[in-house]
Amino acid sequence: MSKQMTGAKMVVQALKDQGVEVVFGYPGGAVLPIYDELFLQNDIRHILVRHEQGAVHMAEGYARSTGKPGVALVTSGPGATNAVTGLTDALMDSIPIVVLTGQVPTFMIGTDGFQEADTVGITRPCTKMNWLVKDTAKLSDTIHQAFHVATHGRPGPVLVDIPKDVQFATADYVAAENAKISHYQPRTEGDPAQIARLVELMESAERPIFYTGGGVINSGPRASQLLRELVAETNFPITSTLMGLGCYPASGKNWVGMLGMHGLYEANLAMHGCDVMINIGARFDDRITGRIKDFSPKSRKAHIDIDPSSINKVIRVEVPIVGDVSRVLEEVLRQWRARGSKTNQRGLSQWWAQIEEWRAVKCLSYKNSTTTIKPQYALERLEALTKGMDRYITTEVGQHQMWAAQFLGFEDPNRWMTSGGLGTMGYGLPASIGVQIAHPEALVINVAGEASWLMNMQEMGTAMQFRAPVKQFILNNERLGMVRQWQELLHGERYSSSWSESLPDFVKLAEAFGCKGIKCDDPKDLDDAIMEMLRYDGPVIFDCLVEKHENCFPMIPSGKPHNEMLLGDADTQGVIGAKGAVLV
Amino acid sequence: MSALNIKKGSTSHSAYDLRSALSEVEESHTLAVIVENEPGVLARVIGLFSGRGYNIDSLTVAEVDHTGHRSRITIVTRGTPAVIDQIEAQLKRMVPVHEVQDLTAEGPSVQRELALVKVKGHGDHRIEALRLAEIFRANVVDSTLESFVFEMTGTPEKIDAFADLMRPLGLVEIARTGVAGLKRGA
Repeated sequence: MSKQMTGAKMVVQALKDQGVEVVFGYPGGAVLPIYDELFLQNDIRHILVRHEQGAVHMAEGYARSTGKPGVALVTSGPGATNAVTGLTDALMDSIPIVVLTGQVPTFMIGTDGFQEADTVGITRPCTKMNWLVKDTAKLSDTIHQAFHVATHGRPGPVLVDIPKDVQFATADYVAAENAKISHYQPRTEGDPAQIARLVELMESAERPIFYTGGGVINSGPRASQLLRELVAETNFPITSTLMGLGCYPASGKNWVGMLGMHGLYEANLAMHGCDVMINIGARFDDRITGRIKDFSPKSRKAHIDIDPSSINKVIRVEVPIVGDVSRVLEEVLRQWRARGSKTNQRGLSQWWAQIEEWRAVKCLSYKNSTTTIKPQYALERLEALTKGMDRYITTEVGQHQMWAAQFLGFEDPNRWMTSGGLGTMGYGLPASIGVQIAHPEALVINVAGEASWLMNMQEMGTAMQFRAPVKQFILNNERLGMVRQWQELLHGERYSSSWSESLPDFVKLAEAFGCKGIKCDDPKDLDDAIMEMLRYDGPVIFDCLVEKHENCFPMIPSGKPHNEMLLGDADTQGVIGAKGAVLV
Repeated sequence: MSALNIKKGSTSHSAYDLRSALSEVEESHTLAVIVENEPGVLARVIGLFSGRGYNIDSLTVAEVDHTGHRSRITIVTRGTPAVIDQIEAQLKRMVPVHEVQDLTAEGPSVQRELALVKVKGHGDHRIEALRLAEIFRANVVDSTLESFVFEMTGTPEKIDAFADLMRPLGLVEIARTGVAGLKRGA
């Protein structure tokens, strides 16, 4: 039986039907009817943010740590435009979120009304799909469609723009199970014939590598489980992109570490030297490939991806497999076992010996200090003191992000939230709140740089109001560290606008928000200070004053292939030519 | 492989696959894109082309199935084989896109464009224009003492040829619809 209700009530009902428990949002004129309906119920919790960008990043953090779609609700005009960065971030990292925006009433659309913006026009390139709903009768169906699209195929952000008169008008509510079946049904099963080719490729491999990415995480925990089984059966080395950390445990014996621009020496050289590359849910991003024409020149490549447009976009592969990672891996394992497949033991043991040689270079070693906290040391201590805890990590963007990826170990998927594709400074703090709202009892740490952190620091108010005890671990070098590093390497050490001046006193800032501030600038005090942060029952802003001019290594300079990595400062003289400087 | 060796139909779908996957030679392809007829879909499709730096040589769109809410967009685009494959993949993954056909690659097709050509002139030029129009099977749809508007359909190449001939005879304005195309056969 369909039921008559207002558009505003439909929104709330549809969210309930979709199993939504939390909405991150900010009210305004064009969404007041929906806020009224939220007020009149207790099933959906609303988290009032301090800026709409924060709402979207919180929804992303929620989504990435739970595997469920995150929901944000914002008003028209500036509310919607402030959501654009978060939408783009979610599009680049394939994060399922549903953003609901208010709009001026339908009869005012196009008149440049107060707080009017062409929201669907502005957000068309940064959403997987968006809708302007002009008729209340179509509203509930559209919201159900939105959830379907966000979570099927390659996940991504969607937006539903709802004019105010549509919220007030009344129509029949369509329940989720009666919603129009979407024609959008991306294929999830991989082609068994292609999978057979992959299995043959794996049997013949002498120097294989699994190159995994965020697609494994997005496919759900089962994909990580199957991946671990496959790695165990084959004994192949496995690396992962920034987005895929946790899909295979960092403590696992086949783990060779993260690859890419700031990835590990052994991982990048293994990618360069392999003869069979098995890409599982990664997309040959430019941070991974370096110079395209020298990327892994001797390997035959297979690529498993749910998005056909990812295949052959950047790197041509011999074995393309379109499908959902867990469905494909199931079939790979089934065929592997059914054939009684065996690996090339001799080749493989030589390959592992080679990898061990590369590993012995100890590419992450750094010169520690007894007087200054090195950022790497701070993360080593954070790792040591939180290991084994029910821990979730978010990051901002920059050097600290890369160090966090290098020095923190992830044992499980959905534990690591970082802005990979878009590289959004200001992501980590709101994302950490979104994670904490989803996991109230867990330890949630945002590893931050002071410059990134300031971009959305207003969200500490949200953390306080909703008792989200997020720990803000700020590696404060009073610099825009990654910018500074590039200026040192590429722009003749001319540090144009890359230092943080007039920084706030972070301890006083914490007090102003009503939370705890901790400052530490001595390596000898660091452990105690970190323990104090962990023990405090509430949000903490940890101002960790670190070495100001530390560079992040290893590094593959822009425009260079994997086998031309820089391992430390001594390597950096004149390595990046004018061609490389053009790249980002 | 030189550009001259590339013929229409010489694609991965053809038995005479002359293409190299890594060919840097640009080909022209006509794509038929069947989409949900709803607001913003055309903008989304065009936005894909501008956002990712693909070319559009011509584009036509109209509703073709009122009850099924389907529109057909016909796009003539250019690119290396890898780019054409990527365009197809990008179109196919769009939520409101139901089907993408590469009319250039998927066997023989009929492709037609309609043009209205205004020619202004006196005396011999006028007579010559009419004579050529007859050869090209263009109809006169408007005439004054000093001008004609010709209507013609044909391949873009035929319309190009007609326009080239009319230019010295007083072509003042031309309106073209862009290509509409269908696969040949059942």
